[in-house]
Amino acid sequence: MFAAALALVAGGVPACCLSRHSVRAQRATSVLMVLGSLLGWCGLAMASFGTSAVEAGLPWHLPWEQRLSIGLDAIGAVFLIPVFTVPMLGSIYGLAYWRQGDHPENGRGVGLFYGLLAGSMALVVLARNAILFLIVWELMALAAFFLAGAEHEKAEVRRAGWIYLVATHAGTLCLLALFALMRQASGGFAFGVLDAGALTPGMVTLLFILSVVGFGFKAGLMPLHVWLPGAHANAPSHVSAVMSGVMLKMGVYGMVRMISLLPISEAWNGGALLAVGAVTGILGIAFAIGQNDIKRLLAYSSIENIGIICMGIGMALLGRTLHRADLVLLGLGGALLHVWNHSLFKSLLFLNSGAIIHAVHSREMNRMGGLAKPMPQTAWLFLIGAVAICGLPPLNGFASEWLIYLGLFQGPTTGVGAVALALIGALALACFVKIYGMVFLGTARDPLHGEPHDPSAAMRHPMALLAAGCVVLGFLPHLGFPLLHAAASQWLDPAGGAALPEFEEFAPAQWISAVAVGLVAAAGLGYALLRRRIRRTDAAVGATWGCGYAQPTPRMQYTGSSFGDVLVGLFGWVLRPRTSRPALKKLFPDRVEFACEVQDTVLHGLVLPVFRRAAAAMMKLRRLQQGRLDLYLLYLLVILIVLLSWGRHLGL
Amino acid sequence: MNMFIHLVLMLAMPPLLLGVINKTKALFAGRKGPPLLQSYYDLIKLARKSVVISRTTTWIFIAAPVVTLTSIAMAGLLVPLGPFGAPVSFTGDLILFAYLLAVGRFFTTAAALDTGSSFEGMGAAREVTFACLSEPILFFALLVLARISGSLALGDLLHAPLDAGGQGDIASLVLVAIGLFILLLAENSRIPVDDPNTHLELTMIHEVMVLDHSGPLLGLILYGASIKLFVIGAVLLHVLFPFQSGSALLDWGVFVAEMLGVAVAVGVVESTMARLQMRHVPYLLIAAILFCAFGFVLLVR
Amino acid sequence: MNSPLNALLVVVLALNLFALGTSRLVTVIKIVSLQGVLLGLMPLMIEEHVEWESLLAMGGTILLKGAVIPWMMMRAIREVEIRREMEPLIGFLPSMLLGALATGLALLFSKSLPLASEHTAPLLVPASLATIFVGFILLTTRAKAITQVMGYLVLENGIYIFGLLLLGVIPLMVELGVLLDLFVAIFIICIMVNHINQAFSSLDTRRLSELKE
Repeated sequence: MFAAALALVAGGVPACCLSRHSVRAQRATSVLMVLGSLLGWCGLAMASFGTSAVEAGLPWHLPWEQRLSIGLDAIGAVFLIPVFTVPMLGSIYGLAYWRQGDHPENGRGVGLFYGLLAGSMALVVLARNAILFLIVWELMALAAFFLAGAEHEKAEVRRAGWIYLVATHAGTLCLLALFALMRQASGGFAFGVLDAGALTPGMVTLLFILSVVGFGFKAGLMPLHVWLPGAHANAPSHVSAVMSGVMLKMGVYGMVRMISLLPISEAWNGGALLAVGAVTGILGIAFAIGQNDIKRLLAYSSIENIGIICMGIGMALLGRTLHRADLVLLGLGGALLHVWNHSLFKSLLFLNSGAIIHAVHSREMNRMGGLAKPMPQTAWLFLIGAVAICGLPPLNGFASEWLIYLGLFQGPTTGVGAVALALIGALALACFVKIYGMVFLGTARDPLHGEPHDPSAAMRHPMALLAAGCVVLGFLPHLGFPLLHAAASQWLDPAGGAALPEFEEFAPAQWISAVAVGLVAAAGLGYALLRRRIRRTDAAVGATWGCGYAQPTPRMQYTGSSFGDVLVGLFGWVLRPRTSRPALKKLFPDRVEFACEVQDTVLHGLVLPVFRRAAAAMMKLRRLQQGRLDLYLLYLLVILIVLLSWGRHLGL
Repeated sequence: MNMFIHLVLMLAMPPLLLGVINKTKALFAGRKGPPLLQSYYDLIKLARKSVVISRTTTWIFIAAPVVTLTSIAMAGLLVPLGPFGAPVSFTGDLILFAYLLAVGRFFTTAAALDTGSSFEGMGAAREVTFACLSEPILFFALLVLARISGSLALGDLLHAPLDAGGQGDIASLVLVAIGLFILLLAENSRIPVDDPNTHLELTMIHEVMVLDHSGPLLGLILYGASIKLFVIGAVLLHVLFPFQSGSALLDWGVFVAEMLGVAVAVGVVESTMARLQMRHVPYLLIAAILFCAFGFVLLVR
Repeated sequence: MNSPLNALLVVVLALNLFALGTSRLVTVIKIVSLQGVLLGLMPLMIEEHVEWESLLAMGGTILLKGAVIPWMMMRAIREVEIRREMEPLIGFLPSMLLGALATGLALLFSKSLPLASEHTAPLLVPASLATIFVGFILLTTRAKAITQVMGYLVLENGIYIFGLLLLGVIPLMVELGVLLDLFVAIFIICIMVNHINQAFSSLDTRRLSELKE
């Protein structure tokens, strides 16, 4: 019953999108999307109130695998919640943001692949054997490729799309190797716990590294993140929201799932994952501070949040190998809670950035400013997202980081990770004060086109729902604890479910709620009193004090680049900011321009040069490509002979 | 009863600390100096004044002083004073403490950007930048204390030096005390990091962010800043002078005296040191991080 | 456990880092003299009952390192009129980080040394190693002769800390001899500083290479 519901989501969503060229068709798409998601939610609710793990199978005629099996358990349920939430809200938002009538050339494609992406993500979580998993994984990757390349007439978009395609296939290659090796160990493609006896320690390590690298490409761990900023920045905003809010989490899901199946017994694996997470977090947010493009900034901040999640998983793994139940619970609980939280506030921020871009027709933050006055509601929603993503109490980001901190403080030497997390938090605060200040506060730095205003209801309400989610999970984080607890105990022992202590023993979340309520109540009361006092005494309204300078212009405001300058300098050894600073020579210098840009060090410093070299080397192979059919047939023959003789040699 | 005294001290004493600091500085300079209670008079005067609000600002500008004050006061409830317990104490409140201070920072800097003044933007940029270096100091210090006490509630954790009673962890505690003192100076914008009395907007950090606030708004900000000095000073005192006599009255008296002593120490530092160049401030903070990190290494090695 | 001693030792370590991080020569001299005084106090914390001989050695150390040498260095600075170390080979922040790294490694490394148990509890060995290393950094990366002298002094302090391990074994005469050696060395260097300054009108020791033919 329940499996059927899910199948309908997965099947119904993409199928509905093949409609025509009209607004009505797009609306139908959205309705189906919403219906499918609600059905999915019902399925989740039924499953979580019923048995713990549900499996279903269909006969399937592939040579290696006779059954198409899908199933749902607590870990899957945790990841399905964002899958059934964000794409639904995004599609409603898309009704106004990416109106079919305005984008006749790609609106249908976006609709189709958007549905495909959502459906395939649900199936990725549900898949119970490797073949099905890889098929839907690839489906998801390709759907995302076409979505990110929606505006493929722009060269920049095409370029970002290609980088994404190469990166995702590099990841898939690792996964192919991973599943092939796992099949050797377990004898089948079904996901099941690997027997520690059947594997050498070296093999376990290899599988661990393959799964971290393979899924790390999708999640965006630090050296493997090269595709992420470009693809996120160039996709339509509701697509960026789904990619960042949900699709990255599929990489996290894969990592969580595989690590739970691998019999890892050495502590360094967890420590290494923790360290990778910390480095990803710190560098991700440091790169974010250097960005001036609002969507690139948000994309780098996603990398940071993936780093935080990865720290939690690493700590849980450490706890598993050291037999510390508290570390497992707090680490995995915090990581999974952060998965939810990040999908809430990052989607909110991406949808919000779409509204901003609609209003000012630019992604360049140094040209914006003062939008809080014409767009008060957008500013409010953005503020909620920004406070939440900095991990500040009373909102949800704090709850998950708090769990991870508590674990880090309890571990043996993981305390250094807590300091790294503190550094990440402080950097994130700098980053989001910058973005909020540059976009919404002050005055506009460039003259605005037309009159910006709050977006229409279809765009506003999805954002408001996401913001409400941030508030609810921030005030009542223990709402999610039962499911997280179930997921953590299932992760520790996929076969039976291990007995774990309750969250309340280590993390008294009711205090967090109490402090949050107290903080908001006290601040709200104080604000109301102050407002009354100011109104009673007739506040004088004047210009901002210019420190004696009589004619300040909006262009003189501190820009985003100048705001981040010192921090970018402190991280200059890795960010490598490129500044073009003209020398002032004459007595009355001409008009000069100053530019400062932080490019992706890994992409432009390592990956692209290597690829360029490789491309140059491959040019030599072009001599083989003669364009004559008979020659190609000869190649085929030669290869066939070589393969046959090799096969004989191996004794097949 | 103790909780009541905690509240009264936390809300009433902070402006006195500013008075003591200024008096100390004046004595060093050979001046008579303002009266000890001058900060109270200033606050009362500011509360009565009317407000000038910049045309470019939004509600953030008015809300920020309130939010900052509230969050700092909340953080103050988590910190035990002297040998007494904290009014609010639970496992994990040490992280809440650090993040409540961060809430204040978020809104103060946002309000600075709200005015659209480039000077205030400059101050906000410096504030968030130096916070990135002072946050690790605090967390290393908390780590050391958490490891010594085996607790994650500030109420127990800060009593670790008292309970340890001069056992082998002194070395770590000395390092942490140095780090926390630098943190106290940096977070409260004192010399050598920032000069609260400087005259040039270009060289300020905290003062420049609040240039446009006036009247009660400015009063709230100054009051909040003094509470922050008090709260971080209370944290430092636990490491510096753990003392308990058993008699509540004596203990409160000693605590007040110690707190005034911290103010005098800050005044002495301000009188005898020159202010660091802005680009050298990170060195000082990194040194403080290193001290606290050594303290941690000593414990876990 | 000998916690007051450890407390003094970490202050010595902290002073090392400050010495690396500052550019003012006067500050460096003050820091090193304070370090010397602290070192002089340490025997008090180690021995149970203090004899007059060790008191003599202590007094000598404090007097020499805390008063005489700083006074000589201050005089030397005043005469050659320099205030700051301007061009270090590696910057102040990197050398500070290097010193921190060395201290951390010394802390970890000393744990694996095969030492008698009474020598492992106090931080004497790691503090000594770290101080010696910081002395080396000061000696090798700074260009001015005065700072190099300070590096030499820090180095000697490190050796002195190591010597504390053998307290009570070393005869008084040896200790006094070491102090005398140190005094003579500093004395000679101060004279040399003056002469270098007169010859080159600079204290940059890199310019000494001009002396070769």
